[in-house]
Order: sequence, then C-alpha cells, then structure tokens
Amino acid sequence: MEHVLDQIINGLQLGLMYALIALGYTMVYGVVKLINFAHGDVFMVGAFIGYFGFQHWGLPLPVAIVNAVVVCAILGVTIERIAYRPLRYAPKIAALISALGVSLFLEYFGSLKFVFGPNFRVVQRPFEEVRWEVFGVTITNIQVMIAVVVVLMLLALQFIVYRTKIGMAMRTVSVDHNAARLMGVNVDNTISITFAIGSAFAAVGGVLYAIAYPQIHPFMGIMPGLKAFTAAVLGGIGIIPGAVLGAIIMGQVETLTSAFLSSQLRDAIAFFILILVLLIRPSGILGKNEPDKV
Amino acid sequence: MCVKNRKVYLLLVALLAVALVVTGCGGAASNKSAGEGGEKVVKIGLITPLTGDVKTFGESTQNAFKLALEQAGMKAGDYKIEYVIADDRNDATEAVNVATKLISQDKVNCIIGPLTSKTTIPVSELCNSQKIPMLTNTATNPKVTVDNGKRKEYAFRACFIDPFQGAVAAKFALENLKKKTAAVLYDQGNDYTIGLANVFKESFEKGGGQVVEFLAYSKDDTDFSAVLTKIAAKNPDILYLPDYYQKVSLIGKQAREKGIKAIFLGGDGWDSPKDLDFATMAGGYFTNHYSADDPRPEVKKFVEEYKAKYGSVPDALATLGYDATNLMLNAIKTANSNDPEKIKEALQNTKDFPAVSGKITIDKDGNPIKAAVILQVQPDKTYKYVATVTP
Repeated sequence: MEHVLDQIINGLQLGLMYALIALGYTMVYGVVKLINFAHGDVFMVGAFIGYFGFQHWGLPLPVAIVNAVVVCAILGVTIERIAYRPLRYAPKIAALISALGVSLFLEYFGSLKFVFGPNFRVVQRPFEEVRWEVFGVTITNIQVMIAVVVVLMLLALQFIVYRTKIGMAMRTVSVDHNAARLMGVNVDNTISITFAIGSAFAAVGGVLYAIAYPQIHPFMGIMPGLKAFTAAVLGGIGIIPGAVLGAIIMGQVETLTSAFLSSQLRDAIAFFILILVLLIRPSGILGKNEPDKV
Repeated sequence: MCVKNRKVYLLLVALLAVALVVTGCGGAASNKSAGEGGEKVVKIGLITPLTGDVKTFGESTQNAFKLALEQAGMKAGDYKIEYVIADDRNDATEAVNVATKLISQDKVNCIIGPLTSKTTIPVSELCNSQKIPMLTNTATNPKVTVDNGKRKEYAFRACFIDPFQGAVAAKFALENLKKKTAAVLYDQGNDYTIGLANVFKESFEKGGGQVVEFLAYSKDDTDFSAVLTKIAAKNPDILYLPDYYQKVSLIGKQAREKGIKAIFLGGDGWDSPKDLDFATMAGGYFTNHYSADDPRPEVKKFVEEYKAKYGSVPDALATLGYDATNLMLNAIKTANSNDPEKIKEALQNTKDFPAVSGKITIDKDGNPIKAAVILQVQPDKTYKYVATVTP
C-alpha cells in the first residue's frame, strides 16, 4: 500500500513541475488568445541560466533563481515584441506559426557551441538531498521545496490577477482589446507584463526542474512544454487554478501508468487524454463560458 | 506552349536534375576519382556524431581517425588517402542523408562509421545496396551486419556485438559478483539498449539468476520515479542499465534517491570520461572493448601517442575508431586498390590483425572475434580495469 502512496507522491512532484509551466501557457492564452509554443523553450533557457548561476558563477541558489527570472522575463517580453506584436491583428494562424518558429529558433540557437552547446550537462545539486520516511512513505526535500514554491506562486498569481491594478488591466484586456483601450488601459504594456510574468514562472520551473531531474540540454523544453500545454487545456486554458489541477492530473496519470500498467504507455495515455478532453469538453474541467478569463 | 505549361516543364527539368544529383548516377560506377597529377587516390568517408547527445563519442572517434591516417602517412599501399568527415548528430535520418552525400557527391570508396547502432543499421542498408564497404567502429547491434538471417556483405565492424556484451555482463554478475537478483531498465526505442537488455535477461536467468523487474522507458523521459519506486520495492542486487552515459547518469541519481542500493551494471555506452556522472555511478561496473591499463604493448604505444597528440587518455571510442581506421587501411593495402569490391573482399578476409582492442579476425558475419573487459567506475573520474572475459 505504501508503494501506491509513494507513486502518488512521485506523480505529485511531476505534476507540480508541469503546473509551473502550465501557468505561463494559460496566462498568455487568457490575455492574448495565443498559444505561446515558445514557452517550453523559455523554460529551458531558465534552467540553463539558473544552472550557470549556481554551478559556474558561484551564485547562491536564490540569487541564481532571481537571475534566471530576470533573464527570462526580458526574453519573454522580447519574444512578444518581435514575434507576436506585429501579428496581433493578423489571422491567429500567423501568430501560431511564429510561435513555433521562435520555439525552434531558441532550441537550435541554444545548441550552438558558443551559446549553451548541444551536449547534455549534468547538474550538481546546490544543496544536499535529504530523504524522510514518514509512515513508510519516502519524501525528499526537493519534493517539499517544489510543493512550497508552486503553492506560493499560485497564491501570488491569484493575488496579482484579482487584487492589483495590473491584474485588473489583464482581465480587462482578456475580455476585449479594443474596449480596454477605449477605457484607458495600455494594452501593449499589459500584454508585455503578462509575458514577463509567464516567462518568470517558466524560469522558476526550469531551475527547479534542473534540480529535480539533474540534467539539462537545449531540447529539454519540448516534452515538459507539451505536457504542460496538455495540462492547461485539460484544466481549461485561460483559467489559473485549472492549469494547476490539469497539471496534477497529468502527473498522476503518467506516474500511475508507468507504475501499474506499463511505462511504454505513459506518453500515449497522457496525450490520449488531451484528445478526449478536446472531443468531450473542449473548455476543460474548470472551463465555463464566461468571457472573463486571465 | 502556354506559359503555365512551360513553368511546369521547367519545374520537371529542375526536379530531374536534382534527382540525378541526389541519386548520384550510381555509387560504385563512378569511383575512379583519380587525384591531381594522375596520382592514385582512395577516398575514405567518416560518419560520426560531432554534436548531439553522444558528441564526446564522436569527437574521440574523429581524433583517433585522424591519428591513424597521419601515422599511415596519408597513404595506404600505392594509394594516397583523401578523407571527408560528416556529422550525423546521432540521428538516423541525418546519418542516411550524410551517407548518401558521401557516396553520391563525394564519391568515397569506403566508409568508417557511423557510431551508434540506431544510425548504423539504416546506413548499412544503404551501403550494402550501393556496394560501398562500411566499417563501424562501435555499433554493437547484430542487425548491422546480418538482418533476418541475411548477411549484408558490405557491412563490417571493429567491435563485439550486443548479445556478447549482455552475456558477459550476466556472467560477471553471477560468477564474479556472486549476485542472484537483478532489475533491468532499458530504452524501448533504442536497438542498442533493447539488445543488451534482452540478452542480459536471457543469460542471467539461464545462469540461475532471477530478473525481478524488466522495465522500459522512452528516450525523452527525465522522470523515472515511477519505475524506480517499483524496482526499489523488489530490492534487487543488480540494476542493469544498458544505455548511454547521459541517461545512465540521470537514472543512477534518481535510483539512489529512491533508496535503491543495487550495484549498477552497464555496457560500453557508459564510457565517457568527460560527461558521465562519476559521483553517482562510482562503484558500478560495465563491459567495454578495452582498458587503457591493459599491459599489452599495442595498447601502451597507442595510449602514449594519443596522449601526446590530444592530451587525454583515449576512451574505448577512440580505440575502436583507431582500430576501425587501421582495419580499413590494412584492407586497402592488401587489396592495393580503391575498388570498393576488392576492399570488401580484403576486409572479409582479415585474419589476426593486431588491433589495440585485441587481435581481430573477421568472422563470416563481418564481426570480429575478440575478448571483452570489465571496468569499474571510480569516484576520481577514472575507470579501473577489473577483468577480461573471453567468449
């Protein structure tokens, strides 16, 4: 029985990792109705900047994380300005293709020798790993750290969206760009800030991921990115708690599939769920037909 | 003829032209590439991954290839050597692309490489159909030279094959380590790791051991907690991890976190003095092609020369790259021709060639008959020679 609990905790760790990435997908979609496929690669850049920080530049871990957050926030805003803003009133497909282009650019530019390099890097953990046995269930300090960070970030995001002026601006823009502009909201700035916050989350996710699964490479963002995107759709894209719920479900499905069915079915079942959700309930688990989504 | 039709016509001509260049007017037919001044030239292609997930393998191979050519004075018999190096990124499609380019555009007479089984299997098909002899340094899967019982006559290798490695590892675990239970974790999409895993299981069980878990993962997985929790529950003596260094390092770390105390055991894919996670994998054993500590004179000489040129101890990839290049040079010299057909004959008839990784005789399937060594990973980033196991 404790092995079932062990597996559920494994799934929770994976799910919470996905949640950090899914939050960025869902926020950007909420505000600009754009699926930012480059998000998984921003996550990769965050992992690399964090890794360079604590492993090569000798920064303490919190400073390394802040460093990664700043770099990724700037990267997110830059991507929006260069690749999405000029296409904002073009057909949706143009922005989607541009997003795929940015994604591939980041991957292959990152694999250049003078950028990150194409090889896999082993990440030395910046702190010792501790394992606790609680009633026969194994928990590590990394799992605790991930859980705490995700909960804090979720709370912070809810606070920003529902209790601050910029949050109000985001919610307004998500309803109607033009109406928001008429009401005096600076739409461009609001969208930039949304990208900055989403990318900052991806950066934190990237650093945590590199610590939890200690190996990084320029293509590491693809799979977690796709899974997190699936999670965001599953929970209801554009809905913040939905992203977390979807991510936790994805983590559990993957882990329990590997544990009790076969690890070979893991990805197949994960993506089969995406198809099912889109067929049966396209708005996602928490999705309603309310327009006010961020 | 109206404009539209003319456009279609021009497009067709252009396509035909491209098709002619790509299919290369037949590989073998146009290999009489004489060098400047009537000098007789043999052109060798090297396919190896210089970027991607196993790039350290590719770099070692390239170093050794160049060293062997230089030592031969860029000559084999009466023929001056020219070479072309192509990067396949350890990607099967890319490997076939560069092989096609080498054969049809560069008009090479023979090919060394590619390096891993997944790239070499499709390239061996191509070389066989184009009648260009190829000699892989390290692709250990049986399908490289024989598929469905059919010998690919133009495919050879300088290393032993997977069944042998899996069997040696099982034998070592049972007889030297005296262990009885093992768990196996392998990549479901990689011929190399599937081959090793299957033969290990078979030999380990035949030898009286018990395989308690036999689980797969896929190439892009980074989270192994579910399968490792399952393995931890069975508490095996041995965890057999037949994959390349980067994946093994990641699995090893997570395995220890899940409280798995088993001895790690693996294959030659572990051999990367730069990028293996030594702290995690220390104490683990793997089967390999050669050890730099081997006291034989061929080994000593090669290690010294390699060190003098590149400043590091050659790994198994470098050694096999060196052996493969020398085997090929020897074949060209014996045949004294740049005709792919004659080079192939000479390769097939290689007997007792004094290679660094042991005396090589090529058997009827294009595989060398030679011994394997067991190495142990040390925390100080070296490998300790443990034993030699003969077939």
